[in-house]
Amino acid sequence: MRKGDEMTKEFKTPDGWDTGAASMGEYERFKTVNKSERRVDALKLALGKGTFADDELPAGTLHVKVLWSPHAHAKITRIDVSRAEKMPGVRCVLHHGNVPRVPHTTAGQGFPEPSPWDAYMFDDVVRFVGDRVCAVGAETEADAMRALEVIDVEYALLPAIFDPEEALKPGAVRIHAGPDPRGIADTSKNLAAHLHAVVGDPERGFADSDLVVENEYRVGYHQQSPIEPHVAVTWLDENNRLTVKVATQVPFHSRRILAQVLEIPVSRIRVIKPRIGGGFGGKQEILVEDIPALVTLRTGRPARLYYTRAEQLVSARTRHPAIVRLKTGFKKDGTMVVNQMKAIGNTGAYGAHALTVFSCTGGKALPLYRAKHYLFEAHVAYTNLPIAGAFRGYGGPQGFFATEIQMDIAAERLGLDPIEIRRMNMLRPGDDNPLAVALGEGREGYPQIIRSCGLEDCIAKGKEAIGWHRRGTFDTSGPGAGHLRRGMGMVLLMHGSGIPGIDMASAFLKLNDDGSFNLLVGATDIGTGSDTILSQIAAEALRVPLDKIVIYSSDTDLTPFDTGAYASSTTYITGNAVKKAAEGTLRQLIAAAAKIWECEELGLQAHDVAIWHPDGRRLTYGEICISTFYNHNQHQIMDHASHLSYECPPPFSAHFCEIEVDTETGGVKVVKYVAAVDCGVAINPKAAEGQTEGGTSISLGWALSEEFRFDESGRMQNAGFDGYKIPSALDIPEFQSILVPTYEPTGPFGAKSVSEIPTDGPAPILSNAIYDAIGVRLLEIPFTPEKVLAAWRAKVAGR
Amino acid sequence: MRFEATLNGRPVSWEIAPHAFLTEVLRAHGYVGTKRGCETGDCGACAVLLDGLEVNSCVLLAAQASGHALTTIEGLGTMDHPHPAQDAFVDAGAIQCGFCTPGMVMATVALCGDNASPTADDARAALGGHLCRCTGYVKPIEAVLDAAARLRGDAQRG
Repeated sequence: MRKGDEMTKEFKTPDGWDTGAASMGEYERFKTVNKSERRVDALKLALGKGTFADDELPAGTLHVKVLWSPHAHAKITRIDVSRAEKMPGVRCVLHHGNVPRVPHTTAGQGFPEPSPWDAYMFDDVVRFVGDRVCAVGAETEADAMRALEVIDVEYALLPAIFDPEEALKPGAVRIHAGPDPRGIADTSKNLAAHLHAVVGDPERGFADSDLVVENEYRVGYHQQSPIEPHVAVTWLDENNRLTVKVATQVPFHSRRILAQVLEIPVSRIRVIKPRIGGGFGGKQEILVEDIPALVTLRTGRPARLYYTRAEQLVSARTRHPAIVRLKTGFKKDGTMVVNQMKAIGNTGAYGAHALTVFSCTGGKALPLYRAKHYLFEAHVAYTNLPIAGAFRGYGGPQGFFATEIQMDIAAERLGLDPIEIRRMNMLRPGDDNPLAVALGEGREGYPQIIRSCGLEDCIAKGKEAIGWHRRGTFDTSGPGAGHLRRGMGMVLLMHGSGIPGIDMASAFLKLNDDGSFNLLVGATDIGTGSDTILSQIAAEALRVPLDKIVIYSSDTDLTPFDTGAYASSTTYITGNAVKKAAEGTLRQLIAAAAKIWECEELGLQAHDVAIWHPDGRRLTYGEICISTFYNHNQHQIMDHASHLSYECPPPFSAHFCEIEVDTETGGVKVVKYVAAVDCGVAINPKAAEGQTEGGTSISLGWALSEEFRFDESGRMQNAGFDGYKIPSALDIPEFQSILVPTYEPTGPFGAKSVSEIPTDGPAPILSNAIYDAIGVRLLEIPFTPEKVLAAWRAKVAGR
Repeated sequence: MRFEATLNGRPVSWEIAPHAFLTEVLRAHGYVGTKRGCETGDCGACAVLLDGLEVNSCVLLAAQASGHALTTIEGLGTMDHPHPAQDAFVDAGAIQCGFCTPGMVMATVALCGDNASPTADDARAALGGHLCRCTGYVKPIEAVLDAAARLRGDAQRG
C-alpha cells in the first residue's frame, strides 16, 4: 500500500456533511445541463454581425484622444490648451484644470470598494509614462490627434521609483501625497495595501519542523490583452440621460462609479453592455467611460474613446508583479507543519485591486495544503510603472507559482514523490480552510468547509493521460543525450466560486405566448459562455429545450443587478439566481394550470414544455400563457430572484505537462499539456473545456514569452503585439482537458466555477518540468530562451 | 480618390482618402465584421480575402485593393445559410468572445481553397497569424479540420 492510500483511508467527513457524493445520480437525469449545447450567441459572431461596442456609432460622434504622460513622475506646472481649442474640428478639451477632482478607484468592485480611492479623471501629478494628461474630443480622430500635438505642458520632474522594495523604504518619494486620496494603507510608505493573517503559531511550527524550505519567487507584468481593445461610446438620449455603451465586465459598477466621478445621479446614467471581445479582468475597470461621458455632457454630442493596442498595453491594466517569499516547514514523513508567505506586490501608479488581488495570493494558494500554522503577509507598493489590476486568476497565479514549485523542492529534499507529498497534505471534503476567515475581501471572511472535491480523480486521470510513468526515463544526462532534453512536471490547484458574502446576482424570467421565456440577467457574457450556460440552467429548471429561452444581458435600465463577470462567480452565483427564478416561474405555471383545470396542484407534473394532469391531459406552456394573458386568472407569469452565497466552493485541478528544452538555444517547447479539472457539474462541457484551454494558454504566455520591458525612464519598450508576445496557434502544445465529475451541493445543478483556475498552473508547472529536464531550478518567469540558456550554462560551468 | 472593387461578388465604387487603410474603409461602409485588434498586422482580426488570398486589411491601403475582388466575413454566409466554416466554428465550440472569429474563419476559407485536406499542422499554420486570447486555439484547430471535412463533403455532393 502506498503512503497516499493510507491518508485516504484515515480521512473522514463530518457526520451529515453533504459532499455531493449522494447526488451523483443527477448526471443521469439532466436534459439540457451537462450537454455541450451550441452557444446561443455563436452563429451571429461567426457571421461577423456588428454586435460590439465600436461596430455602430451614433451620427455625429466625436472622437476622443488622450495625451499621455511622457514622464514617470512629474508635477504639471502649466498646461496651455488654447491653441488646441482653436484647431479645426476640436469641440472639447479636458484636463485637470477644468474637470471635477473626485478621488475614486477605477476598480469595478462591490461598494465600498476595497481598493483605495487614489485616482482622478485628471490630476496635476502624473505618476507613470502613460498616465492621463489631457483629452481632446474632435470631429475626427485625426483632428483630435493634431490638437494633442499643440497642447503645451510644462512638467516639474519628480524622482521616479520602479522597484516596489525601493518604494517601501523610508525616504522614498511619495507617489500619492496630499489629503485627497482615501483608503491607502500608508501614503508615507507608498504602501497601497497591507495584509497580515496568522493561523496558529508559525514560529512554533518552524521549530517543530524537520525540514524548512525557504525560497524567493518572482513574477512580472502580464497583460490581459483581449483582442477587442477598451472602447466606450457615450451619448445623451431624448430624455437628456447619459447612455454609455462600453466594453465592460461590470455595467452596474460602471454606472455607480461614473455617477461618482461625473457628480450626476445614477438615475441619469444608463450603461449598456453590448457583445464584449474578451476581458480577462482588464474590463473589470472603469477605464474609458469617464472621459467620453464628460465630453458628451459638455458638448451634447455623442463621443467615443477607443484605445489603440499600444495604449491598451501601456495605459490599461496588468497582472500585479510580485516577489513572493515562501518558507515552509515539513515533518520527515512529508507532513506539512507550517506555511508562511510574505509577498511584495507592485500595483504601479494606482492601487486598483491592490488589496484583494494579494488577499487571493495567500487565500487561494496556501489553503490547498493543510498545515497547523500559516502566516500570510503582503505589502503592496506604489511605483511609477503601469497600473496593475484585475486579471483572470486574480492573485492566484502569483501564489501558486511559489507554493507549487516549493512542493517539488520539498519532495526532492525529503526523498518523496512529488505527487505523494501533495496527496498527503492536500485538502479533502470536510476540511476547513482557516485562512478564509482570516483573509476576507477587505474584511473578515466566512468559514469555508470543503464539500465536493475531485482532486484524487484529477490526479489519477491526469497521470494516466500524460503518461507520468515515463517521468525519469528520459535520457537527459548520459553521454548519449542530445541537446533536446525532455522533462515532466505537475501541479495541483484550487480556486474559488464567487466572493462569499459579497457577490450578489439576480435574474428575471417571464413567460411568452408560445411557451418561450425571456431571461434577463445583469451578468455579462464577455466570451465566457454565460449567456448559454444561464439559458441551459433556466431550460433545465423549466423542463424546456434550450431554444425556448431568449436571454438578454445586460443593460442597467433593463436587467436586474449583478456584480459582473469576475471572481469566477457567474455560473455559481448568477446560475443559482436563474435557477431560483425558473423554479418560481414553474410553480406559477403549475398553479395556473390547476386553476384552469380547477384541480389540486399536487400531482401535476411539468415536462416537455407542458403541465401534465395525472389523467393524461396536458396544457402547453403557450396555452397557459395565452389563458393567463387573455381569458381568466389574468396575469403575467414571471419571477425574479437574487442569490448570494456565504460558501465559496473551490474547483480543484491537477495539471501535467511534458516539455522539451533545447540546451543549445534555451528554448522551451511544451510538447503536451493535460489539465484535469473538478468544476462540479460542467453545465456545458465544451465551454468548460474551452475555459480550461484558454486560461492555460494565457498563463503559458506569462510563463514563457510575455513581459513588459522598460527603459531607465520607465517607458515600456515593447508596446505592441510584435514585441509583447502572446501565444499563437503555433505555440500551443497538444492539449487535453479532462472534466472530472463531482457534484457541488450548493451549486446550480451541482456546478462550481471553472474560468480562473487554469491560469494558476502553467508558470509553476514549467519550472518543475524544466528542472526535471535539465536540473535547473528557475524561480522567476518568464522562462525566456536567454534565461534558460544562461541557467543551463551556469550549471554546466559549475559541474 | 475612387475605390472600385468587387466586394462579396458585387461591384462597389466608393470615394476614399488616399491614405485610408482597407479596414477603416470597410468598417465605414458597414462591413464591421472586419475587426480592429492591433492595426499593425499582428493579430489577424481584420483578415479579408483579396483575389482569394488572405490579407490583413489593417495594413493594406484601400487604394492597393482597388481593382481587386474582395471577400469579407459578410460575404460568406447568412443566418439561414451559414458557410460550412462558420458552422464548423460554432459546432466545435471554437467561439468564445467571437472577436477574432471572423478573421479565423477567413483564414479557414483561404486554407481550404488551397488545400482540401489540411492536417492539424496545416491548421495551426493557417491560424498562426490570428491571435485569440480566449480559446487557447484547441477548438479553433478542430474547427478548421471540421470545416475542411464539410467542404470536401459539399464538393463530393456537388
